[in-house]
Amino acid sequence: MARPARSARSLLTRPGLPRALRQAPRRGYRHRIAADAGLLLTAVAFAVPLAWLVLSSLDTEATLRVRLPASPGLDNFSAVLTDEITFTPMLNSLLLCGGATLITVVCAAPAAYPLSRFRARFSRPYLLTILFATCLPITAVMVPVYGLFVQVNLIDTRYGTALFLAAAQLPFAIWLMKNFMDGVPKALEEAAWTDGASWLQTLWRVILPLMGPGLTVVTIYTFIMMWGNFFVPFMLLLSPEQLPASVTIFTFFGNYGAIAFGELAAFSLLYSTPVILLYILVSRRLGGGFALGGAVKG
Amino acid sequence: MTRSLLRWSPLAPATVVLLLFLAGPIGYCVVIAFTDTQLTGQESASFVGLANFRHAFGDAGFRNAVVLTLVFTVLSSLVGQNTLGLALAGLMRRASRPVRAVTGAVVITAWVIPEIVAGFLLYSFFERRGTLNAVLEWLHLPTQNWLFTLPIVAVSFANVWRGTAFSMLVYSAALSEVPQEVTESAEVDGAGGLRRLWYITLPMIRRSIGTNLMLNTLQTLSVFGLIWAMTRGGPGSRSQTLPVFMYDQAFMKSLIGYGTAVALLLLVVGALFSAVCLRLMREEV
Repeated sequence: MARPARSARSLLTRPGLPRALRQAPRRGYRHRIAADAGLLLTAVAFAVPLAWLVLSSLDTEATLRVRLPASPGLDNFSAVLTDEITFTPMLNSLLLCGGATLITVVCAAPAAYPLSRFRARFSRPYLLTILFATCLPITAVMVPVYGLFVQVNLIDTRYGTALFLAAAQLPFAIWLMKNFMDGVPKALEEAAWTDGASWLQTLWRVILPLMGPGLTVVTIYTFIMMWGNFFVPFMLLLSPEQLPASVTIFTFFGNYGAIAFGELAAFSLLYSTPVILLYILVSRRLGGGFALGGAVKG
Repeated sequence: MTRSLLRWSPLAPATVVLLLFLAGPIGYCVVIAFTDTQLTGQESASFVGLANFRHAFGDAGFRNAVVLTLVFTVLSSLVGQNTLGLALAGLMRRASRPVRAVTGAVVITAWVIPEIVAGFLLYSFFERRGTLNAVLEWLHLPTQNWLFTLPIVAVSFANVWRGTAFSMLVYSAALSEVPQEVTESAEVDGAGGLRRLWYITLPMIRRSIGTNLMLNTLQTLSVFGLIWAMTRGGPGSRSQTLPVFMYDQAFMKSLIGYGTAVALLLLVVGALFSAVCLRLMREEV
């Protein structure tokens, strides 16, 4: 999701971990112990930085090391829960990413419709172009985007930044949406046509309600990708009062002489929580049913 | 004709946004890369042909960034994420349920949290006063100022920490599609674990391996926030991969034209990988 921030975008389209987890074959007891040991060792190694985050946020004298809080308390949270440090940047993130997600979904849902339903000579090249764009390293275009935004006076505007975020996420959103739409049977829609509904009515009244879970996944996934995006708002937004949390956390980190690690950890935790919860929601909601034959095919 | 236009009209909003905000900047990138545009103090930019590219290939800073990008990509994507992801996926098929669930949750959390938080967490892990040195002290091993002595290795490890979940999920899915009869009959024929892996499992998931390698590499090529949060490309320029170098030239040194030329090179490399990736996934469309 890293995009990645663009990391691993196609993953949600795969029958992921949960199914693989259920189907694990039973081998010998010794095998299982060895596998358990290997996994636990990895889990501990991966958990150390996360443990630091949680422990330090509760430690009023936090250092850079993982340790049990020397003086436990919620002081770090009360210190960062101010308008300036937390609420304004989080609200900015919400406005920016919410707006960009809205643009993405509003453009992707109708676009996916003809791509999923009709065949024409250009639909395959269009889809291939979309898929190609999905993989392009968007980081590379940030310098020209900055230049372009200065030229057309979009620099330091929230809507400009949201439009670029949306454009960067659109190829994947269209692709994902098309795959969900392919799964909706055509018969109901044909019935609606017979009754004289237009494509817009069909899309709005018949298809979108039927692909509710798919729509939710595309929306949440798009939002998660944008929430974590640092480089785009870092380049395109300048005025401090507009910056989202992904950028303010960085100034927080870099500008203070003596960094209050505990407060930084508390803020990081607050900033990460929404996406973790949303991710859990997506994976629960579909219960590992990401079996959509998506972008990464084995 | 009208009917077909009407049919395809839903594509319009997305296409407009894509053309204006994605194709536009890419086209602009191609133009600016051939000029001497600077950030400040310039009346007008002029066309300089291939000068930026010639300058790049003669620039020690650029060559350094290319080498570091290669090191970063090979270490973290090809070796780290890919191998660890496959190993985790394989182990998960044998491990007990709670262990699988816990490991999966931890590895996926590392992947879901925002890039800049990940960068900050791994900064605290590798920092001189950080956890890694605490562990080494406890084991009576020599400590180091990792972000100073081995910055590119530290950021590569950070990228492995952050990105392995993707490979793990891809390989979990791929392995679950390998028919069990095949592996079992090989087992009956007396093939050991390694031989089964090499002769049966890996060939059967080779398409997943290919796609995963491509996607990992593309993702790694565009990492900026993680490195910026951990080292800002430093000390000196010892963890300055191409995206960081591009940013540095364009904004710290105000050479937009040159920075864009570097961006274009990065984009071309990315496009090549993307095209290979597309070939691997082609049958999907």
